Amino acid sequence: MAEAIPRDIEGAEVGRGTTAQRLRDDLMVVNMGPQHPSTHGVLRLLLTLDGETVVDLKPIVGYLHTGIEKNTEYRTWQQGVTFVTRADYLSPFFNELAYCLSVERLLGIEAPPRAMAIRVLVCELNRIASHLVWLATSGLELGAISMMLYGFRERERLLDIFELVSGLRMNHAYIRIGGLVMDLPEGAEDQIRAYLKELPHRFDEYENLLTGNPIWRERNRGVGILDAATAESLGVTGPLLRAAGVGRDLRKDEPCSGYERYEFDVPTRTEADCFARYEVRVAEMRESVKICEQVLDSLPGGPVMIEDPKLRWPARLSVGPDGIGNDEAYVRHIMEDSMEALINHFKLVTQGIRVPAGEVYTPVESPRGELGYYVVSDGGIRPYRVRMRDPSFCNLPALPVMARGRLMADVVAAVASADPVMGGVDR
Amino acid sequence: MRPEDLAERLRGIFEDVLPARGEVTVTVDRDRLLDALRTLRDQDGLQFSFLSDVSCTDWPGRDPRIWMAYHLRSHSLGQRVRVKVGLPEEDLRVASAVPVFPAAEWQEREVFDMFGVHFDGHPDLRRVLMPDDWIGHPLRKDHPLGGVPTQYKGAFVPPPDERGL
Repeated sequence: MAEAIPRDIEGAEVGRGTTAQRLRDDLMVVNMGPQHPSTHGVLRLLLTLDGETVVDLKPIVGYLHTGIEKNTEYRTWQQGVTFVTRADYLSPFFNELAYCLSVERLLGIEAPPRAMAIRVLVCELNRIASHLVWLATSGLELGAISMMLYGFRERERLLDIFELVSGLRMNHAYIRIGGLVMDLPEGAEDQIRAYLKELPHRFDEYENLLTGNPIWRERNRGVGILDAATAESLGVTGPLLRAAGVGRDLRKDEPCSGYERYEFDVPTRTEADCFARYEVRVAEMRESVKICEQVLDSLPGGPVMIEDPKLRWPARLSVGPDGIGNDEAYVRHIMEDSMEALINHFKLVTQGIRVPAGEVYTPVESPRGELGYYVVSDGGIRPYRVRMRDPSFCNLPALPVMARGRLMADVVAAVASADPVMGGVDR
Repeated sequence: MRPEDLAERLRGIFEDVLPARGEVTVTVDRDRLLDALRTLRDQDGLQFSFLSDVSCTDWPGRDPRIWMAYHLRSHSLGQRVRVKVGLPEEDLRVASAVPVFPAAEWQEREVFDMFGVHFDGHPDLRRVLMPDDWIGHPLRKDHPLGGVPTQYKGAFVPPPDERGL
């Protein structure tokens, strides 16, 4: 008579280890996101877990794909600005800058000096605003809820400045081909200057709050390590790379829009962990304040849009009693004074400009790394192809490296430190 | 180093080198893509060690139809170079750059997703932005911008005036 194989209550053979041991051998696949508060929007992470340990992680993206690249091919060159600004919604000015620089290079023109300086000003303010959102949301995800309130409070003030300058809090379409849509309104310089004085004290507050905080240190130090060689081979740029000791910054390496005129440092750390990224970003905000102050001190006069009537955006905006809107003097000019001006306006606004055939790749240093625009023209009135090399998209493949072999809870810290903006990832 | 000097240096290695607008474009045959990328990456005096972007443009009605563009940066020279490869419409296939530049993995997935180019030797060639069961390649020029049936698993989107909003 065959001896009955001893089985446990679940029907598994006894002798192949206890139930607890078998459970330990089993891997569990867990879906984190796309609707998850710590995934910065709609990022989905497919986690393979061995208990609490991450065996593998696969980022799955595309939930915010809106076809911005495709849409630009169906609009005029000038309308492209309003599309690209919506890609990475935390750094709209950088998208506008890279797009406009690309088109300007195809046209063979350059924005006037005042426009270039104001571009740097709004971009650096934008970098601070973007890093503030990063700090606020990272704080929230790692349990520092007061950081979330402070970060968004300061960012709100910056959005007020953006609204004062461009009329909009987000998706400004302020930087245009050939310059800016309008000059800084009266009082803007003073308001920005006053706020720049206040910001360093705020940064001190954050550092007082977080840098020595034992929980913040425990959750960030030695977590999410990404060494420089791996980062570079995976195409990672921005604060992630600088936190690994590589002082690469396109503002220094390939300066555009007059960045070479301003003095600033490129903060780096060598620990390559989440804490180093925190330190790098806070230091970067301080450098951005320095750049903004230098811009305001050396702001050149003159126009903010090129003069060429065949290329310049004809409509003008100004601040009226109900906010920023069409400039009444300009409307009177085209409606009452000059038929030629009306024809010119009509032609440029409805048909747009022609851009000589060719292709350019223009990289700028966005808050998240190298934001590159590969713009191709076939000589027509619409872009033939606008490709965005978005740093959020290109940094994401590094997430598995940061998370593998670590605890599940560290995934949250690693994702937060990578600062992906899904609008930029999915475009 | 100026782009013209870089172009001069590259002319000793590649046949088709074109400097334009401060950028240098190298066009190679598709069989020679990986050799070209390796040469650019490893050769002394070039060291284009960073692959920043992989993308392409679609030119229907022309031969080749799809032009791949690889943007490399050399940190030692402070220069960029664009490598272009033309792919004929009937055989949209090219060797994957992942063995040379791991950074190409997601970017090639995006080109596959949006344009339907197959990358031989790619470790994980799946769609990246569109759903896995999507039919078509949305960034191709012959794919319309709108007016296409919704492809989300039986989802039906009524016209705006019939949605009862």
